[in-house]
Order: sequence, then C-alpha cells, then structure tokens
Amino acid sequence: MSVMSSSPRGADQATPARVVNDLSIQVATVNGSGSQTANLVLLRSIFQMGVPVSGKNMFPSNIAGLPTWYTIRANHKGYVGRKKEVDFLVAMNPETAREDVLTLAPGSAVLYDEPLKLNTLRDDVVFYPVPFDKLVAEVCKDAKLRRLVKNMIYDGVLSKLLNVDLGQMEHALRKQMGKKLKAIELNLAALEAGAAYTAEHLTKQDPYWIEPMEKTRGMILVEGNEAAAFGCMMAGVTVCAWYPITPSSSLPETLIQLLKKYRHDSDGKATYAIIQAEDEIASIGMVVGAGWAGARAMTSTSGPGISLMAEFAGLAYYAEVPGVVFDIQRVGPSTGLPTRTAQGDILSTALLSHGDTKQIMLIPASVEECYAMAMDAFDLAERFQCLVFVMSDLDLAMNTWMSQTFQYPERPIDRGKVLDAETLARIGEWGRYKDIDRDGIPYRTIPGSDMPAYFTRGSGHNEKGQYSERPDDYVNNMDRLRRKFDTARQHVPGPEIVHENGAEIGIIGYGTSHWAIEESREQLEGEFGIRTGYLRLRAYPFTPELDEFIDRYQRIYVVEQNRDAQMLGLMRLDCTPGRVARLRSVLHYSGLPIDARSVTDSIEEQEGLKRPHHADALVAR
Amino acid sequence: MTTTATPEPGKKINRIGLEMAPYRGGKTTLCAGCGHNAISERIIDAFFEMGVDPRGVIKLSGIGCSSKSPAYFLGSAHGFNTVHGRMPSVGTGAVLANRKLIAIGVSGDGDTGAIGIGQFVHLMRRNVPLIYIIEDNGCYGLTKGQFSPTADIGSTTKGGTPNELQPIDTCSLAIDLGASFVARSFSGDKKQLLSILKAALSHRGTCMIDVLSPCVTFNDHQGSTKSYAYVKEHEEALGEINFVPYFDDISIDYEPGTTTEVKLHDGSRLYLKKVSEDYNPTDKHAALRLLQETDKRGEFATGILYVAPGKQDLVDLLNIVDEPLATLSLSRVRPPKSALDEFMEAHR
Repeated sequence: MSVMSSSPRGADQATPARVVNDLSIQVATVNGSGSQTANLVLLRSIFQMGVPVSGKNMFPSNIAGLPTWYTIRANHKGYVGRKKEVDFLVAMNPETAREDVLTLAPGSAVLYDEPLKLNTLRDDVVFYPVPFDKLVAEVCKDAKLRRLVKNMIYDGVLSKLLNVDLGQMEHALRKQMGKKLKAIELNLAALEAGAAYTAEHLTKQDPYWIEPMEKTRGMILVEGNEAAAFGCMMAGVTVCAWYPITPSSSLPETLIQLLKKYRHDSDGKATYAIIQAEDEIASIGMVVGAGWAGARAMTSTSGPGISLMAEFAGLAYYAEVPGVVFDIQRVGPSTGLPTRTAQGDILSTALLSHGDTKQIMLIPASVEECYAMAMDAFDLAERFQCLVFVMSDLDLAMNTWMSQTFQYPERPIDRGKVLDAETLARIGEWGRYKDIDRDGIPYRTIPGSDMPAYFTRGSGHNEKGQYSERPDDYVNNMDRLRRKFDTARQHVPGPEIVHENGAEIGIIGYGTSHWAIEESREQLEGEFGIRTGYLRLRAYPFTPELDEFIDRYQRIYVVEQNRDAQMLGLMRLDCTPGRVARLRSVLHYSGLPIDARSVTDSIEEQEGLKRPHHADALVAR
Repeated sequence: MTTTATPEPGKKINRIGLEMAPYRGGKTTLCAGCGHNAISERIIDAFFEMGVDPRGVIKLSGIGCSSKSPAYFLGSAHGFNTVHGRMPSVGTGAVLANRKLIAIGVSGDGDTGAIGIGQFVHLMRRNVPLIYIIEDNGCYGLTKGQFSPTADIGSTTKGGTPNELQPIDTCSLAIDLGASFVARSFSGDKKQLLSILKAALSHRGTCMIDVLSPCVTFNDHQGSTKSYAYVKEHEEALGEINFVPYFDDISIDYEPGTTTEVKLHDGSRLYLKKVSEDYNPTDKHAALRLLQETDKRGEFATGILYVAPGKQDLVDLLNIVDEPLATLSLSRVRPPKSALDEFMEAHR
C-alpha cells in the first residue's frame, strides 16, 4: 500500500503521507474496568471491513486495579504477530499514561483522557484530548453504569479518526452483546457521543487510516483455547480431568460448554465425564486411569502443572498408557509473570519424568492447528500408547486470531492397536509388551473386555507384562520403546518448509514465533536484500526433513521464546555435531509475544549486516 | 480363557460357574505371616462367593508392601500398580471410563495417610464407586520400618524410638468426608473381614475399609500398638455381622431391638448386632462418636462403622450414559458437521 518516510513527524508539521491499513493501536486501561468489550468491538469492526487484524491482551495476574494493555494490529499484508512499535496509543490509565507516552516513537498518536494533560509531555507526537467523564455523564444517567460504557467512547473517537465505519462498530457491538438490549443501547449512545465529539472538536493530524479491503472474507476470529476445545470434542474425548491455571483454564471451560451443548443423548445422559480435580497430579492420574481403561482422556494445564505431572508422565511412558495433555505455556513458576507468554516448557516436556523418557509433542502455530492437532493428538496417543503433549502458549491460547474456517474431520478416529479375537487368532500368543509387528508398538487389552488381562506396572516387566528385574528384559523393553518413538517420526505432523534457492541463511521456528518469523523474513529481504529458507517445526520427535533443511543452509537461526534455546538443545541431542555447529539462536523472553523487528535485529547483529545507505527508501510499511 | 473352562467334576464352583482358580493370584512375595496375605485370601473368598466375574474387575494400588498385593489375588482381572499415593486418581479415571467395572484398590497407611492423603480425601469426598482397602500396619515396611501417619502416640519403632505425633484416623476422616461405606477390621478376623468385603461388593459408592494388619518384621513387638498381641487384646468388635447377599433369599432370625437391618444397593441385606443401644451404622454422628470414644480408651472399634446405602456416587452424579464411555462408537462421540458450522458462524 502506501509508502511513507520514516523521518520524525512532529505534530506541528503538515499531515504526512497516508498510512493505510497498517498500524498498531494500544489501549492502556486498568484491569477490571470493562474495556474488553470496547477493544473487541474495535477489533471486530476492522475485521468486518476486510482488513487483517489481531488482538493481544497484555494483562496482569490480578482481578481488578492493575494496568493492562490491549493491542490491536491491523496489517494489509496479513502480518498479525505483535508489532514492536505502538502507532496509536489510547491512554485511559493515569498510572501508566506518562511512561506509555514517553516510550512512543516520534510521529505516533495519543488519544487520552483530557484531565491527564499528557500533551505537555512532548511535542513530537499527535495528541487528541477527550473529556471522557463529561461525555459519559451525558449519555449514561446511572452513575454506577458509567464505568462500563466509558470505554466505548474511545471506539467512537477512533471510528472518526481512523475512518472505521460506525455501522460496522454497531454490528460488532450487537454481535458481542447478544440479547442484552439495554446494554447495547447504552453502549451505542457512548459510541455515537465519541464520534460526535470528534467531528466537532478534533482535527485529524496523524497519518493512520483504515480502508475497506477483501482480505478477511469467510474468515473467523477465535482464541486458540476455544479452537482446541472444539477439536477435543470432535476428537471424541470421553474423559477430561483438569485443574484451574492461567492460561489453560479457558480450554476446559469452553469444552464444558461445548460438551453440554453437543454431547448429551436425547435422554439427557452425557457421553463424557469432565471433572475438576484437586490438583494437576490428580488430573493426570485420572487421565492415566481413564486412558488405561480405554477412554479418550485428556487434561489441560500450564508449566507448573506439567512439573507436577512428571512422575505420572514417566509411568504412562513405561506402562504405555494413552492420554492427551495440553500445555498452554507461560512464563516461569509461582507469582511473577503467570499471565505472560513463553515457549518455556519445550525441553522439560520432551524429556518429562525420571529415567529415560521421551515424550511426543505437537506444536500448533495457529488456531486452526489448535483445532486439528487436538484430533491428531488423540489419534497419536492411542496409536503409540503414550501421552501426547500439545504445546500451545498464552499468546495463541488467549488472544484473538483470524483463521480460515475449520474443516470437518474426514477420517475416522484411530483407536490404535487394541487386541481383538481376530488379531489374537492371527498372532497366536499375546504378550502385553511384545513387539509383534516390529514397529515397537505392542497390542493392549482393555479392562472389562473379554480379552486376556495383564498386570500393569512401571519399568519392571518382561514382554508378557510379568514382573521382572532381569537386565535383559529391561534392556529389551527400553530398546523397543526407542523403536516405538522412531516409528512415531513417520506419523507426527511434519514441518512446513519454504526453501529459498541460493540462500545461505535458514530460519527454524515453531509455535507462535511463526508470525514474527514470517514478517521478519520480509524485513530481511526488503531492508538487507537477504533471502532466507524457513522450516517450521510442528512436532517432536523430529522428522528427517530437519536434517535435510540444516544441510541446505550455511547458517541456521533457531527462533524461540525462551532464554536457554530449548529447542536447539533438543536438536543437539538428535542431530550430528556437524549439523549442530551450523545452528544459532534468536531468543526472545520478555514475557511479551515475539515480534518481527526483534528477530530481524538479532539476525542483523549476528550476521554483522550493514544497512544499505538508502535504507529509508527501502522501508516498505 | 481359563475363566470359561468347564469345571472338573467334584470341584467347587460358584454361582456363575467359575472355579476358585481365576480368583487366585500369583505367589506372594511378602513376609511369611504378613497380615496382608490374609487379606488377599479374604478378597479371593469374597469375590468367589459373591460370584463376581474377575474379567469385570480392576485391581489398583499405589506403592508399598500393601500395594504389591493385587498381584496375589484375582489373577484373571486387569491390575494396575500405579505411583505412590496416587491410586485414587487412577481409579477415578478408570471407573469414569467404564462404569461397569468393579474397582478394588489396595493401599497402605503410608500410601494413604502420608503421600496420598490429598487424593484419599477427594476420593472419599466424591464417593467414587470403588472398594478402598488400607492394609494398616502403622509403618513403612518396604523401606524398613519408618513410622507412618497412623502410628499411635507412644508407639515405638523396632529400635525403640517413640512416635510423638497425633495419628490420622482414616475411618473418622472417611466418614466425615462423605464415603458411603466405612469399616474397620483386623487381618486375623477371618469371618468379620469376609462379611465386610461381601457387603462392600453389594454397595455402590466408596467403601473405605481400614484393615489392621500387623507387620511381622518391623512392627510386631512390645511397644507397638499395631502388633498382633495389642490388636487382639484391644479390638472391640461391633457385634456380629450377618450379611445376606441378594441372591440368597433367606431370612434370618433376630430379636427386634438388638439388631439393625441395612438394605444395600443391590438388594443385599446387612444385619448388625448392636453393641450398645444408641449405635446406628447409618448415623454419621454416632459413628464418629464411637470412633472417638474407643480411641480414648486405646481400643479399635471394628465392624461396619458407617453406611449410607442411598447416597449418589460420582458416576451417577455426572449423569454418564449406561454404556462404558471407553467403547462408545464414533457417531456417539463426534458431533455432526452442523455443530462445526454453528461454531464457525458464532465466530464470524
């Protein structure tokens, strides 16, 4: 679209070139002030205008009173990862307003609550003061309700300043509020009051505009946890045990709503059991018990829960019990940043538990993959008789993402190798841990069926499932478990690969880092003329494509949202030293979602790149 | 399967036509004279006499001497030796997966009272349909005799160290938390333990049975309150238990006023001879009072302490379909495309 100069634009200068459908809006409010409705209405109305958009909530671990930021990014090219720079600030929180304004780049715009008097802070950004309290008092007679509708005023102001269609906002509001007619009426009045005030008192000085496009037609807006929950239901989950933890809770909570709606027989009876356990150890224990008894069982948690599940994860590995575990990754333990995102559980989950254990992980990057991989996970868990971990993260799980509509699953579910009379007749003698098909996967029997019983234990068993502490039995079983893991390489979702002929640099990423990498690749090409190959991992164990990719490039940057290069650490275990020597890291671990500029800057620095002299002209915004 | 073989003439068979063999388990590896072995024997007898098909039974345990014992009974049933203190969650998951399974869990006093107290509490609270047996010897056998949380104050280890901490009374706890069948017995009391186990098989809900089971190696000495000698001397049985299974259509003579009749889930009946005028096994407060009073005297009240025959169990509470969830067909568990369309429409 339009190209603009990147030189500072002062408020006193003439309105610079138009920047259309390319901005990030940050709304700074106080947690619990009811701003979410206004933010989602703004997001949705831009989406309805056909402009690619994403919404990210940076919130504190708090019910009410602490600062929170909501970022909406609109981008005509479809880049919806976090943008490092804020172009348009809506400053509603007196506590953070000063710092929020001071950290803006020159030329940005600030819409603020008039009494905060932010316009005295600097003269190189555009200021739009709005008397929120005065405006809300006029449209909302009930003082108690004012707090709830006040935020809708900034939507009204922005509709005028950015040229977002007011009709689209009304449509979005009605969709958001459903049948709450009185609330709709109040919010509409606030919306219109904001728009009317802007028309009368404010003059457009910033360069940002929203114009209709056709890039969101047929698409949906959904959070990763909602998509995953729907996938679990379609996978035929029958037992779910969970324990509340941010950012995981909305997955089982959505699942409860879905199951209530779609999984009751006509007589009202449920084709599922969902239970809030006393802790994560009990959650995974119930999953292991249910999986062992033949159910499609799952739990959902975050890093602290994964740590508590470690012992059971080992038992499930050795006893070969299926189950699905969603790990919605977040920053580290206990208090601190539990509401911030990270890819911090990769290494600990891959090797979760004591002894020699290797766990299968699926790594979704999009809401669509949250949905599809939920189904993959249940099939793989039963096929390989083990836990399968779906490694989502807070950014994907709790933020709003665009997506194409999901496909209804065409293939039936895979219940794996469960012994039946026909198989028993074919194989003659059955042993629970016998590798009959030479793929490392034994046949299991389900309690309550008429197939032979066995006694399930941890590591000490022979191939008949009998208690054994013999060294040869142990080694035999361990080698078969490794064989089974190797078989899984051919069944887990393979990576997505974009090769670039003649390029020296390859990038490897996974999960939500994808969105920043995609955009960074364009920045590297546009700003430095450097083309890059790209491989997005979607599962562990690694598949042969990883080695092939590494062989093709001179230097490979592994992009991760953790400090210790955890995925690179896993590659170190699996790849030859020659390949490992070519790997480098791009690491981002601030708690905020990774952004393209940070990736580009890191590669620029490590490559010792020199920005071409005419860089400014190359910046395609 | 051996369980369906035609019995040899003259061999004892039960009401579903099975011999004793499928009810037996592997050879025990516990110490000679261990109370736990006697409990395994009673379990075999109870399941045989009640005619429970072992193929519909799951045996669960945690970790410890006690938790090894499911390998020694009902060899033709599926078993799961889980992790230390966490058998309740595995059992809960399994009965949710298949409500038709008859679940029996064996734990110890350490496995229950220490590492497993959290899961024990919630198992009782949920009234999960499962028979939960504590083989209670007041010490850790497998790690060589350390105290467990059921050791009494003043009780000593083999080396003479006294326990100074308050013991946990698992029966009081279970009654208080919502278990619907709570009993205490002694591994040496064959008749009483067998009656309790048979009654438990007729009950639906959590059956918590604490069985005092002296550890012959580490806790059968003077100074121990869980030794054979001490328990024999201080056991106060709540009178005689007469259990009449639903398939035995007989009536028994009893003097009204001296015996309490309790009807169990499957139609079986319990006749409990009263020890004292005011004791009623369906009265929660009476049960808790009795436990406190006997404890004060340094005695163990044994028998069926509390039973709530009509209490809803977890499976019914969750309103689960009658068939096992584990084997529902795809069409029962995957909603049609219209559900996906609806979900998509809601997010447009």
